[in-house]
Parts: sequence; structure tokens; C-alpha cells
Amino acid sequence: MAAEMEPPPLGDAGQTDFREIEDGEGFFVSTVTTLESPEPSSPDPPSMPAEGISTNGPKQEDISLDDDPEDLFAEATEEVSLDSPEREPILSDGPSPAITPVTPTAMLTPRMGLGTAEMFERSLDEIEEDDSGDTFDMHIAVSDPEKVGTFNTVLMYSYIKTSMTIFSKNETTVRRRFSDFLGLHSKLASRYLHIGYIVPPAPEKSIVGMTKVKVGKEDLSSAEFVEKRRSALERYLMRTVKHPILLKDPDVMMFLESSELPRAVSTQALSGAGILRMVNKAADAVNKMTIKMNESDAWFEEKHQQFENLDLQLRKLHASVECLVCHRKELSVNTASFAKSAAMLGNSEDHTALSRALSQLAEVEEKIDQLHQDQAYADFYLFSELLGDYVRLITAVKGVFDHRMKTWSKWQDTQLLLQKKREAESKLQFANKPDKLQQAQDEIKELEGKVQQGEKDFELISKTIRKEVSRFEKERVKDFKVVIIKYLESLVQTQQQLIKYWEAFLPEAKAIA
Amino acid sequence: VSSVNVDLQTDATLQVDISDALSERDKVKFTVHTKSTLPNFKQNEFSVVRQHEEFIWLHDSFVENEEYAGYIIPPAPPRPDFDASREKLQKLGEGEGSMTKEEFTKMKQELEAEYLAIFKKTVAMHEVFLCRVAAHPVLRKDLNFHVFLEYNQDLSVRGKNKREKMEDFFKNVVKSADGVLVAGVKDVDDFFEHEKTFLLEYHNRVKDASAKSDRMIRSHKSAADDINRIASTLYTLGTQDSTDVCKFFLKVSELFEKTRKIEARVAADEDLKLADLLKYYLRESQAAKDLLYRRGRALVDYENANKALDRARAKNKDVLQAETSQQVCCQKFEKISESAKQELIDFKTRRVAAFRKNLVELAELELKHAKGNLQLLQSCLGVLKGDT
Repeated sequence: MAAEMEPPPLGDAGQTDFREIEDGEGFFVSTVTTLESPEPSSPDPPSMPAEGISTNGPKQEDISLDDDPEDLFAEATEEVSLDSPEREPILSDGPSPAITPVTPTAMLTPRMGLGTAEMFERSLDEIEEDDSGDTFDMHIAVSDPEKVGTFNTVLMYSYIKTSMTIFSKNETTVRRRFSDFLGLHSKLASRYLHIGYIVPPAPEKSIVGMTKVKVGKEDLSSAEFVEKRRSALERYLMRTVKHPILLKDPDVMMFLESSELPRAVSTQALSGAGILRMVNKAADAVNKMTIKMNESDAWFEEKHQQFENLDLQLRKLHASVECLVCHRKELSVNTASFAKSAAMLGNSEDHTALSRALSQLAEVEEKIDQLHQDQAYADFYLFSELLGDYVRLITAVKGVFDHRMKTWSKWQDTQLLLQKKREAESKLQFANKPDKLQQAQDEIKELEGKVQQGEKDFELISKTIRKEVSRFEKERVKDFKVVIIKYLESLVQTQQQLIKYWEAFLPEAKAIA
Repeated sequence: VSSVNVDLQTDATLQVDISDALSERDKVKFTVHTKSTLPNFKQNEFSVVRQHEEFIWLHDSFVENEEYAGYIIPPAPPRPDFDASREKLQKLGEGEGSMTKEEFTKMKQELEAEYLAIFKKTVAMHEVFLCRVAAHPVLRKDLNFHVFLEYNQDLSVRGKNKREKMEDFFKNVVKSADGVLVAGVKDVDDFFEHEKTFLLEYHNRVKDASAKSDRMIRSHKSAADDINRIASTLYTLGTQDSTDVCKFFLKVSELFEKTRKIEARVAADEDLKLADLLKYYLRESQAAKDLLYRRGRALVDYENANKALDRARAKNKDVLQAETSQQVCCQKFEKISESAKQELIDFKTRRVAAFRKNLVELAELELKHAKGNLQLLQSCLGVLKGDT
């Protein structure tokens, strides 16, 4: 498992190499895209035999979006359509030739202009209150990645957005690379976190894992890495588009729709932007320690504590589940090893019936080893990854609470400054320096405006956070419920198989005479 | 009585079992209980207390007795080993501060259960040894055995001292070298030739299977422990959570508490029915190999005596002496061969019966546990699904 560990995105050695081998030429292998069935409740995609890089027989679990009351794309779906002949290669099962990305026939015009903060607020409010009846279903699948380029390979992930209304079903396929996802997150984070929106965190970078894939090492661990990343990207994207505000963001829409994206350069760890991020993070940590906020709102106090507790327990649970995954994998390996040994023992046993029974035992154990492997897979992709996602999400939530503190602090600081200026001004009244006095009064006017704004900002972020937390909690409850049920179902399946195998073996054992 | 061996003639003339056992600091005291109608004993029913070293003394006395050269000597029980368990309990005590009270009590209970399981196992293995001896038509009459059963004082068989252990070590080295030489001698008798080849390979494969089954079972136990921890954390999450999902957490926590107990039982049953079976037959197959070795040795001695007789006759010197020597060797060899043949046949019968019994019981237990698990899982799923 050491290879699976994601090193922190800061200070990766050999980062420069990573940059150099970015450019690729030509296509290596083609991917097959998934088609989602039209039912909005947990569809089961057919498993895809993608060539080259894929783990054997993983079940692709997509967390489907339940009926979303937003009708955001009601207009949009009419504009975007696919010509039926072009649909064929996408719909076919099995490997197909290189798929060219399909460009929508019309580009969607961004609904929101990036005007001043006020305008922004207004349009956000409008969107949230917009609650019409036209049901909208969006399904996202990030399908098996393909390698692009012969020497300098890069993984491109195909992502499909399926928007469905009662009338039609539309699909778009675009290709994105990992840094595109990171770039999107970075933009969203810088735009929305500080005003209180919980922006879902992007999957983490991993130089070790990625290098293995680039080098062309197509062994089990690099296949697992790719699958892990693919799944993580899918979940990330789903979470992002489920957020009503983020979905409307022009960058998100561009990400979802346009065939080419400008390269996100600032996501590389040792770039200027990366270093700036590091510095900011450090500064934030220091600031957090020095801000002492008078919490007038008990709700925030309570929620903050709740999230702290949740964080602690989820981390603990995550660690235990990771242990379980590890031990189950070990169990699978040891069972396979025992199966071989039992087969050998059966071979050397000179009593015929017993020899046969031992061989049967070996076969049973071999099947059971596969069961354990599959279960470990479910343990990981259903349970462990969900917990990991939520640990990171809660970090984002805590970040948002911190931003509120910062907003409060800024407001207080401005107030203090205003007070000082007023004191200075009153002194100037008796100093007979009309120029200085005017200047002071001007400054005071400006600061009064800033104080008002600071108060408004604080109230706004508090309001936003309340809404966000409520939405987050709803999502959390839904996510956990769905996953827990799926996980239990996987356990049920394992036990059912076990029963089958042992029931088949029992008569063989009894037949030993 | 242990599940490992079947087919022990439970015969009223001599019944032996271990009725009680006491674990003290670094030794275990077994209460050996005998019921017998044989005239050799003063009473019909009696008990004595014995320790592991006394069992070893008895076993070794059989091995060293020339009269028993033609029998498979029942393998000695392994030394009671609570070191690992004790170490774990100690570590738990040291780490008490770092876990909650519930977790501590839970882990303590489990380690105690583990200790108890190991204890039960060692009792069973000592008992099997005695039962095998009591069932053997010749060994059951052994005087040392009767003393072991009846003499209610300490047998004063102190464990081997350093020098004796060294001697043993050298003896074993010589024996294995010798064993190689003896094994190289091709046997005229097809039966024994086949047995030799068979036992050699079988022994090695049983050894491998035993080791691999141990490892598999250990992983199983680790997984069960993980589920235990997960259940605890889920419980905490459930109690802390104020949303709808708390019910899910609590229900699943309850479920996992139950399923992990079943998983632990699966591992324990696999240990008992599979791992112990393999371990036992590892020791028995070694004892059978030892028998073949002794016969091989006797054969070599016989052949050498023949050659010596020929030489003596040729030189016409010490012929009588050579003749007697040759006769003794011949008798010894034939006696061993005769009983060895029967012993090896019995070994096969016992082995097949034991494997059958254990494999059937293993499959039945696996089924029982899987069905139990399934039922718990489905019932929980039913509740949770009805809730969403």
C-alpha cells in the first residue's frame, strides 16, 4: 500500500520532470464511454472492457443524482443535441475506435456576469429561489482514462454529462485531464470559499502513482491507481454539480461543455501560484490562532463543535476501514496460497476419495479468495473512499467557518480603525488645521462605508453558511444512507456466495469413504 | 475429547481423559482421570495431577524402548504456549490510558477469550495423546504408562538439563543423517517402498498446508478485529449525530458487533477443524516416518549381520557368534516389519476418518456461520431500507 499513499501537494521532488513530459502526440488507446440508463434511481452501468489500463472487473458505482428541483438547464437542453448517427459509437458496447469529442452545436452563454459583488449576490439569490417544476436529471460518469501520447503520456479522462428532461436525453462527452479538474477546483475555491460556500475538495495529486502509469508500467497497482483516481474524479464532479450555485458558475459550465480548455498551469505544486497557496495556508494557520471571536450566535458555536467531533470520528473510522481493506486483501492472498497448498496435499494423498475431497477443498478456497478480493474492493470503493471524501469535505466546512471568523475580524478591525480616526478627528477640531481636518473627515466617511460593508459581509456569510450547512447535512445524510445500504448489500452477496460454495463442498466431504 | 482423532476404541477396560486443568503462572496442571477394570490398578477410578514435562517423559520412554520400535509412537503434545497471549494482555494493560473504557473492556474480554481458547486446545492435545496410548493394544500395557496414570506423587521428571538437551540435539543430527542413508536403501517390499515415498512427500506437504492455513486464519482474525473497531466508532458517531443518519450508524454498529463475533468464530472453527487437524497429522506423519526409519535401520543391521555371517563362514571363525547375531537381527527386523505394516494401515484409516470428520464439520460450521451472517445482514438491511 505504500505506493498508494498520496504525498502532500507541496514540495514534491521531481516536479519539474512532471512538467516536461506533459506534451503528447497522437493517440494510444481508445476508451469506451458509458451510457447511463434513464432511470434516475441508482442505474447499473454495464461494465466496460476498456483496453490497456483497467482493474479486473470493478463495479462502477455511480452515485446518481436524485430528482433535482432546479430547472437550470431547461433552456439549455434544447440547444445541445447530438446527431443520432454520431451517437452510435458512444452507445455501442465493447471497444470502439477513438472517440472524438462531441462539441455541442451551440455554446451556452453564461447566465451570470462577473460584475460587482452586489450583482453577484442578487443573481445567486434569484437562482436559489428559482424552484420550478420541470425535473432535471444530470448524470456524470468519468469513464476509463486513455493514455495520450507515446513517450510523454498524459491521462485523459472522458467525462460525460447526461442531461435528461421528460422530453429528451442529451449527452455530451468531453475529455479532461487531471490538472483540468484541479484548475476548476482552484477557481471555485478562490471565488466561493471566502463567502461561505462549501466547495467540494478535489482529489489529491500523487506523483508516485502517476509516474508509474506514465512510465507504462501496466501492473495491478498502477491499474488500481488509475481506477481510484477515476472514481475520485467522478465523485468530485458529481458533488460539484449537485451544488446549485456552483453548477451555475461559468467555469463549471465551461468545464462541462467546451471541447478544449485552457491549460491550468497554476495547479502545479512548485509554480508561483502553488507557492502563493502555501504561503497563504501558513498565514491562515497563524491568523486562526490569534483571532478570538465573540460568538453571539449559539448556532455557530454548536455546529462548530459538532463538526469537530464528526471530523475526529470520521478520521478514526476511515483509519479502521483502511485497516480492514488491508487485512482483507491479505486474507485473499493467504487464502489463495492455502488453496494451492491444499491442492498439493490432495495430490500426494494416496487415498483416492480423500484426495479428491482435498482437491475440491482447494477449489473452494480458491473461489473464496476471489470473494475476499471482491469484498475488499467494495470495502474500499464504497466505504473507505466515502469516508475519505467526507474527511476532506469537513476540512472545507471548517475552512468556511474560519472565513466567517476572518470576515468578522476584518469588520472589527475596520471598526477599531474608524474609532481611532474619530478620536484623531476630534483632536484636530481644536488644532486649527483645516486641510488635515477635511482629510480626516473624508477618511472617516470612507471608513464608515467600509464598516457598514463589513457588517453586511459578515451577516451575508453567516446566512450563507447556515444554508450551506443545512444543504451539506442533507447531502451527507443521503450519501451515507445510500452507501451504507450498498455496502451491506455487498456483504450480503459475499455471504450468499459463501453458502453456495460450502453447500457444494459438503457432499464431497461426506463422500470420503 | 478432541475432534482430531476418531476411531479410538472406547473400551471399558481402560478409559482416560483430562477432567480438569489449572493454569498457573508458567505451568499448566492437568488432572488425568482414569477408569479401568484392569486388575493392574488398585482402584477402578482415580485421578492424578500431571504437568507437561511428565507427558514428555512418558513419550520419550516409549521412543527409547526397543520393544516398541515397530509401532507408531503417538506424537507428544506440544508445549503449552501462552506467551503470545500473555504479551498481548500485557500490552493491553499498558495501553489502557489511550482508549475508552468500553474499548478497553471489550479488548480485554477478547484477549481473555483467546487465552481460554488456547488453554482448551492444549488440554485437548494432551488428552488426545493419552487416549491414543490407551487405545493402542500394546502401549496401553506399558508399565510407565500405568505409573503415569496411577502414581499420585510427583514423578520427579525434571525437565532435561542443558547437557541432556545437547545430547538430544546431537542424537537428532545423527538420526537425520542416518535417516538419509537408510532411506537410500531400496526396499524389496513394495508396500514399504511405496509408504516411504508417500510419507516423505505427504509430510512436507502437510507442513506447508499447516503453515499456510495458520496464516490465512490469522488474517481472518485481524479482519474480525477491524470490524470490532469499526463497530465502536460507528456507535460513537451514532450517538453524536443529530441527523437522520444516526439511526443508520447505530443499527450498523449493532450489526457489526454481531457479525464480527461470527467472523471470529469462523476463524476459531477453521483453526480447530483445519489448522489443528493439519498440525496433528504433521506430527503423526513424522512419527510414521520415524517408524520407517527404525525399520530401515533394522534392515540395514540385518543385511550387515548377513554379510558378517558370510564372512565368518568363509573364514570359519566366530561362526556361532555371527549366526546368533544374524538371527537376532532377523527377528528384530521381521517383528518390526510385521507390526509396522499394520501400524501404517491403521494410520491411513485413522487419517482418512479424521479428515473426513473434520472436513464435514468444517463445511457444516462454515455454512452455519454464513447463514447466520446472512440473516443478520438481511434483517438489518430490511430495517434500513424501510427507513429511507
